Amino acid sequence: MRTVLSNVTLEDGQSADIAIENGLVAEIGKLGAGIDCSGLIALPGFVDVHTHLRQPGFDASETVLTGSKAGAAGGYTALMAMANTSPVADSAGVVEQVLELGVSAGYLQVQPIGAVTKGLEGLELAAIGSMASSRAKVRMFSDDGNCVHDPLLMQRALQYVKGFGGVIAQHAQEPRLTEGAQMNDGALATELGLKGWPAVAEESIIARDALLAEQTGARLHICHLTTAGAVDVIRWAKGRGIQITAEVTPHHLMLTEELVRGYDPIFKVNPPLRRTEDTFALRAALLDGTIDVLGTDHAPHSIEKKDCDWESAAFGMVGLEHAASVLQDVIIGAGGSWELFAQVISRRPARIAGLDNQGLLSVGSPANITLVDPSAKREISAQTHSKSSNNPFKGITLPGQVVHTLYQGKFTVKDSELQTL
Amino acid sequence: MKHLISISDLTKDRAISLLDNAQELAAVNDRDVKKIPALRGKTIVNLFFENSTRTRISFELAAKRLSADVINFTASTSSLSKGESLKDTAQTLEALGAHAIVVRHPASGAAHALAHRGWISSSIINAGDGSHEHPTQALLDALTLRQAFTRNGDLAGLKVLIVGDILHSRVARSNVLLLTKLGAKVEVAGPTTLMPAGIEKLGATVSHNFADSLAQKPDAVMMLRVQQERMQGSFFPSPKEYAANWSLSGERFAALGKDSVILHPGPMNRGFEISSAAADDPRSLVLKQVANGVAVRMAVLYATLSGEAN
Repeated sequence: MRTVLSNVTLEDGQSADIAIENGLVAEIGKLGAGIDCSGLIALPGFVDVHTHLRQPGFDASETVLTGSKAGAAGGYTALMAMANTSPVADSAGVVEQVLELGVSAGYLQVQPIGAVTKGLEGLELAAIGSMASSRAKVRMFSDDGNCVHDPLLMQRALQYVKGFGGVIAQHAQEPRLTEGAQMNDGALATELGLKGWPAVAEESIIARDALLAEQTGARLHICHLTTAGAVDVIRWAKGRGIQITAEVTPHHLMLTEELVRGYDPIFKVNPPLRRTEDTFALRAALLDGTIDVLGTDHAPHSIEKKDCDWESAAFGMVGLEHAASVLQDVIIGAGGSWELFAQVISRRPARIAGLDNQGLLSVGSPANITLVDPSAKREISAQTHSKSSNNPFKGITLPGQVVHTLYQGKFTVKDSELQTL
Repeated sequence: MKHLISISDLTKDRAISLLDNAQELAAVNDRDVKKIPALRGKTIVNLFFENSTRTRISFELAAKRLSADVINFTASTSSLSKGESLKDTAQTLEALGAHAIVVRHPASGAAHALAHRGWISSSIINAGDGSHEHPTQALLDALTLRQAFTRNGDLAGLKVLIVGDILHSRVARSNVLLLTKLGAKVEVAGPTTLMPAGIEKLGATVSHNFADSLAQKPDAVMMLRVQQERMQGSFFPSPKEYAANWSLSGERFAALGKDSVILHPGPMNRGFEISSAAADDPRSLVLKQVANGVAVRMAVLYATLSGEAN
């Protein structure tokens, strides 16, 4: 069976038709009639390096199936599933279970991330090698939610994964500097009486780990950068030739600590929303390549976890279904190119995560393709395909709409409608 | 005025009128029959998630003097661990007929959540939330200062020094906001480790030297309690060193101007942040603060429950 996407606009602005056969891109060129895609940008399917799918253990908030649907609706063809499930993804059994749930959901590639330490407790290494050699072939490891704060353990983890080309994704949060922390440290935290989460708690860990990555020669990925100072540290580390990559979330690019003023836990997230000048620094760093990728840190929480007072509420926000729109605003809105957009949301995440079948759009590559209507404007709704509605962008109008998503040549989203598989 | 959550919710005029009403209501405390029927038929719940016998008794007395029915609901930490949420507790109390809920909670923002999240429609009075605010404490301090310096309206030009653990103090935040709103010049003083970032944005000047601050001849010195748990938190090397630098000792007290007054929100750590020489001197207004607390809380309860327009 042959599908032709006619008259798409490629990243470089050229117009073309794309033919898909047997789940692969068969031809790109002038191929004649097919599904009319005039006005749509064709991009390699989006890849999220940082998703919380919550299964096993927290199925009330999200499942692999509902998270996959949300991902497909947002234009994703691959999600990296974080390890902080229950049980924790710290053994071959759990990562294989997540992998299988992803395959049976079928909307996109679900690739498990393994825990760095047993139970995310930061005390001893998890079964990194058996996860790597399991059917899930885990290459990315993270204790996200917790920081691997013990420097010796971090050093060993970096050394260990280097042996098979793995990467450690660090949640950079010095725990002693953030005990009880509730929001960005500063004058607003003082006024609201909420305990501050200082920038130095993030920046000091990034600096330490950059040096450990240099010493070990291993690959290090920094999750959710949030401060101008962290950008400076990454820039310095890259300048030294350290193998470090960095990620930023949609919410840290666009939202600021001012939103905490009403104590609405929908805006409670870890790391916290920062100052306006931090969002500017993050945007500039994304445009100049200091920050490599967008990672959603999609963190669904059931209503009970948010319908309470600020300090009792859980940290986290959903992100899969509006991430591309935020990125369009940040990159295209600032005069950046669709090529850079594709780098940030697809090509580089695929490379960092070691997903060989993702982040490609060329003849012979798997047909993981997302088509975006850049001229659309839409108001973000809280009622979506995710099981949870903790969406800080609710009610905000953003540019861009995912019109079609194809995973392995099949439409998972067609004409902006999620397909039943 | 439906709620009182933060001093920032009050205009200067509104704050002065609350103080004026409190001054009038204070007269009720001097009568033989200490009761007026202003809030007869109203039910007020004191919802305390933190132990504070003083504040609770003060609110209870204020409500009773206005003839309201009072329920005291002291949620011990054990009932929190039973898993009932703040929302459920508040909705239960409203279903029981509460018109106003006076809430004390260890989490900053808890009173704000009760007032503004759409869970309930009762009036909410913040009796202290985390290290955010304690607005009735600031009002009673302002009333005490008005009386001490025979002011009728605001506190223009009065120099007030607040000393101690500013970082964790809701009393300090509410007082900085209210006293500056009323025209006073407020300085906060304490060790750098107990000074919150950006406190000057709330209107106070900052000092890290007690002697320098005292040399400016403040009209009033408010000493804050240092909580026991701060003694272990590496905020200062030892209680002894803290006391040496920050206690209102007999010597420091003696150096104060003759017309200066001393305030303390209580309970006092005698011999630690305040010496008995200072605490027991006639210039110490600590007991006046306690008495004014009842009057101020009567005024606040009346303003929130009488249906009086803003």
